[in-house]
Amino acid sequence: MAEPTAEPILEVRGLVKHYPLTQGIVIKRQIGAVKAVDGVDFDLGSGETLGIVGESGCGKSTVAKMLVNLERPTAGEIRYKGEDITRLSGRALKAVRRNIQMVFQDPYTSLNPRMTVGDIIGEPYEIHPEVAPKGSRRQKVQDLLDVVGLNPEYINRYPHQFSGGQRQRIGIARGLALRPEVIVADEPVSALDVSVQAQVVNLLERLQSEFRLSYVFIAHDLSIVRHISDRVGVMYLGRIVEVGSDAEIYEHPTHPYTQALLSAVPVPDPGAREHRERIILSGDVPSPANPPSGCRFRTRCWKARERCALEVPELAVPAEFRGLSGPAAHDSACHFAEEKHVVP
Amino acid sequence: MASTASPLSKEPTAPPAPLLLEVRDLHVEFRTRDGIAKAVNGVDYGVRAGETLAVLGESGSGKSVTAQAIMGILDVPPGRITSGEILFHGQDLLKLKEEERRRIRGSGMAMIFQDALSSLNPVLSVGDQLGEMFTVHRGMSRKDARAKAVELMDRVRIPAARERVTQYPHQFSGGMRQRIMIAMAMALEPSLIIADEPTTALDVTVQAQVMDLLAELQRELNMGLILITHDLGVVADVADTIAVMYAGRIVEKAPVHEIYKAPAHPYTKGLLESIPRLDQKGQDLYAIKGLPPNLLNIPPGCAFNPRCPMAQDICRTDVPPLAKVTYEGLTAERRSACHFWKETLRG
Ligand SMILES: Nc1ncnc2c1ncn2[C@@H]1O[C@H](COP(=O)(O)OP(=O)(O)O)[C@@H](O)[C@H]1O
Ligand SMILES: Nc1ncnc2c1ncn2[C@@H]1O[C@H](COP(=O)(O)OP(=O)(O)O)[C@@H](O)[C@H]1O
Ligand code: SF4
Ligand code: SF4
Ligand SMILES: [Mg+2]
Ligand SMILES: [Mg+2]
Repeated sequence: MAEPTAEPILEVRGLVKHYPLTQGIVIKRQIGAVKAVDGVDFDLGSGETLGIVGESGCGKSTVAKMLVNLERPTAGEIRYKGEDITRLSGRALKAVRRNIQMVFQDPYTSLNPRMTVGDIIGEPYEIHPEVAPKGSRRQKVQDLLDVVGLNPEYINRYPHQFSGGQRQRIGIARGLALRPEVIVADEPVSALDVSVQAQVVNLLERLQSEFRLSYVFIAHDLSIVRHISDRVGVMYLGRIVEVGSDAEIYEHPTHPYTQALLSAVPVPDPGAREHRERIILSGDVPSPANPPSGCRFRTRCWKARERCALEVPELAVPAEFRGLSGPAAHDSACHFAEEKHVVP
Repeated sequence: MASTASPLSKEPTAPPAPLLLEVRDLHVEFRTRDGIAKAVNGVDYGVRAGETLAVLGESGSGKSVTAQAIMGILDVPPGRITSGEILFHGQDLLKLKEEERRRIRGSGMAMIFQDALSSLNPVLSVGDQLGEMFTVHRGMSRKDARAKAVELMDRVRIPAARERVTQYPHQFSGGMRQRIMIAMAMALEPSLIIADEPTTALDVTVQAQVMDLLAELQRELNMGLILITHDLGVVADVADTIAVMYAGRIVEKAPVHEIYKAPAHPYTKGLLESIPRLDQKGQDLYAIKGLPPNLLNIPPGCAFNPRCPMAQDICRTDVPPLAKVTYEGLTAERRSACHFWKETLRG
């Protein structure tokens, strides 16, 4: 893994995405909004990997899509090297977009089945011909195939001729085509079998040091996220509830949701069965159209008190740890944060 | 709001109960456009009352096809059982008439699938679907069957069961639907349950709730449970015995504690080394090279040989038998289909 530097390449502030909920077929009336992302802040250091974890529906993919400009934020800023890209348009936007690319989850549906691998990987050059003039494209694509561990002679094959892991390599090659500085990877290995997952994770790590990439790595698998990330943010119902270094989050979590999430992950060690404490949460995640007041986790939190319904806990070092230097002193959005060891 | 559950530990059963189900040398093929796909190539495994057997393997290794053959729900054609025996309470199911199998399928064994939404009937209320188990198989009146349905929903801890019994599957969350599937499977108190990736589609906190429920019901009813999964973590949490599948065969079978301590097959070893760990920050992950074989054209000898770091000449010609593994201190049965299991065990 590359050494992260202090200089953030991305600064996300107050990011919000609300999808309108409408009623009526002919005359649509807005009756509310799905608050898919509702106030997210984070920094991504240059050369760093920031992992984002959380259960399905918490807003991970929506954050990813806003970072690569596939969705327009309802509010908030995304600063790339200090410049807010949500306000850019035209040529300036195009220039910045080149530097932030996405790798998608599903290698089966994200590749156009009627295009050859060469066309898929080379497609970004159609939009950015300045990166690779027509005559040099074939060679560039073959180089990319080689970089991701595929035979450059496969350039004229179609996606269905490849396995899932190979297709994910094609998706990665395409993401690299424009030589971006930031890669946003949304569940890039979730659809793969374990042995193939390891191959792709190793590839991503190698590419990071080779090309000095910064990653936002989104996944619901907490073990993979720990493996690949320098820092980790935990999301719940549209917000980040805790963020810190991998050791801070996995060994010294202070937010009850993080603790429950970590304690529920099965560990491949049958010896851990006997002395493991598992926090079993009751109930389901509330609807993002109508999140609970105050702390959004309070309807499932075993520590919830009156204050939790009244005051939104801010994402900051909690008062009880402020001024301390230990690993428990990291950002956690809980009024009653306390350390708890849950990973065996 | 939340409870702290004790770990899913189980007392080791002292005298081994007789085998409830035994699959012997099962072979299944599929006729496809490109040729014969050999999906199951001599599977042997068994499960006892109260035991959890985890069947572990990557996609395409034949886990589900084996389960479908046991349940008698294989797609025939294109599928075909070419040989083998499936003994249930000592009786070979493959020799029974369809009618008798249907009876066993209701009350003797039941299956839980990964995708509850597509296995439940979307136009029947969950109460009607649960009740049907009792009207059809037990000849109960509709009223009694409805009461039974509510009772079952309570038992799988669906809140407000009496009110929700008239609702349709799409009105339930993923975790609640999986509970309804479990209730359906348990309705007639079968002696064997096959759960095929029951929590794969669920989030981790919901997965924990559902696995807890399944383990608790199994213990209460002393059922045999075949848990099909690709998740080495889930296996470590709940299994007594593990059978690892590769290219349609069992390549290793062992008590859960033994296999995690020291695998006796290079494929198992590779799998264990290739998963990232929650409890430690590792270095580079070990990656098994290459891909699982094409079932139309399985390599001769050991099917794993093109990917195996330990392969020798004999591996490319001779199929390794599922041999007995022995060593000091091993009390239960353990097997490995590797010519070099001794060397593998030594690491
Ligand atoms: N285009 C859309 N219109 C309406 N709601 C959406 C849309 N996309 C996502 N959502 C909702 O926003 C929430 C967050 O979704 P998503 O970002 O995909 O979550 P995740 O990736 O964490 O699973 C979910 O409740 C989802 O249903
Ligand atoms: N209905 C079918 N038609 C043709 N081939 C099938 C069918 N079902 C399964 N197969 C073949 O059997 C192989 C094993 O499938 P399966 O048992 O579902 O694997 P898994 O271990 O992932 O559960 C598949 O790779 C496929 O080649
Ligand atoms: S703020 Fe209150 S409800 Fe929210 S996580 Fe902390 S204790 Fe629980
Ligand atoms: S039999 Fe040979 S090829 Fe097969 S797993 Fe053992 S050592 Fe490897
Ligand atoms: Mg997503
Ligand atoms: Mg399957």
